[in-house]
Amino acid sequence: MDVQAARYIGAGLAVIALMGVGVGIGNIFATLISSVARNPASRNQVFGIGILGFALTEAVALFALLIAFLILFA
Amino acid sequence: MAESPLEQFKIERLAEFHIAGYDASFTNSSLLMVIAVVAITAFLVLGSAKSALVPGRWQSMTELAYEFIANMVHENAGTAGMKYFPWVFSIFMFVLFGNLLGMIPYSFTFTSHIVVTFALAAMVFVTVTLIALARHGLHFFSFFFPHGAPVAMAPLIVPIEILSYLSRPVSLSIRLFANMMAGHTMLFVFGTFTVALGLFGVLPFAVNIALILFEFLVAVLQAYVFTILTCLYLKDAIELH
Repeated sequence: MDVQAARYIGAGLAVIALMGVGVGIGNIFATLISSVARNPASRNQVFGIGILGFALTEAVALFALLIAFLILFA
Repeated sequence: MAESPLEQFKIERLAEFHIAGYDASFTNSSLLMVIAVVAITAFLVLGSAKSALVPGRWQSMTELAYEFIANMVHENAGTAGMKYFPWVFSIFMFVLFGNLLGMIPYSFTFTSHIVVTFALAAMVFVTVTLIALARHGLHFFSFFFPHGAPVAMAPLIVPIEILSYLSRPVSLSIRLFANMMAGHTMLFVFGTFTVALGLFGVLPFAVNIALILFEFLVAVLQAYVFTILTCLYLKDAIELH
């Protein structure tokens, strides 16, 4: 196998991490919705924390993307 | 393919300077940083120039930014943390304006370079550690051993805690840098799809509009995340658990 082919396969493997991130983000918003449904008054407090959790989880996806870029271009 | 999606992050020297063998040229990145500082100063100074009791549009934007960060610092780091409010506010405005100026077409996002974000994160890390050392002295090192954990576990817990403490600036800088870089790369990739597909380019074009809106959200959100993590680190430094 030549190096370029191995690189493409490696970059593809690196973004498997997105599976976990998808579950994570889905989980955050599912919990956010159910907590707002249980207690609508808490919406303002919970929403900020939920968005923060979303941003932190999304960053994990970008770490994987970064590794994929490093494999492809570096 | 005209150019690679990473071409947009290229740093160009606008004026060359060499100080003691080091390349200290004025680049497009430095230019955008200067513009950001000028824009922040103009935004805040002009906004609070004629302080009316009933604020106009501009003044209420200035007040909104100020109160947003003031509340954040107060909620997370407590009254003792309010001493460091100007520092946190400067970090927030600098990152926010850096992200937003990058959204102007054909401009440059200086926060999409790891050098810049790592310098910011290292500054946060060093400052917070110095604050903790100044407030608690040698007692600060008890931070690496959680309260109430069995002493027998110390050889395992202490290295993990030290490692997680040291990885803070890395994760803080990579988060901001990767978000900005990935976002702008994605916009470029969908832009090339639009050009390549001709008439059917309407579809990726629609996606691109949504992505641009999403990028504005990310630009503000990442500035918020960077600041709130700074606040949380500050809280750790002040309270030690």
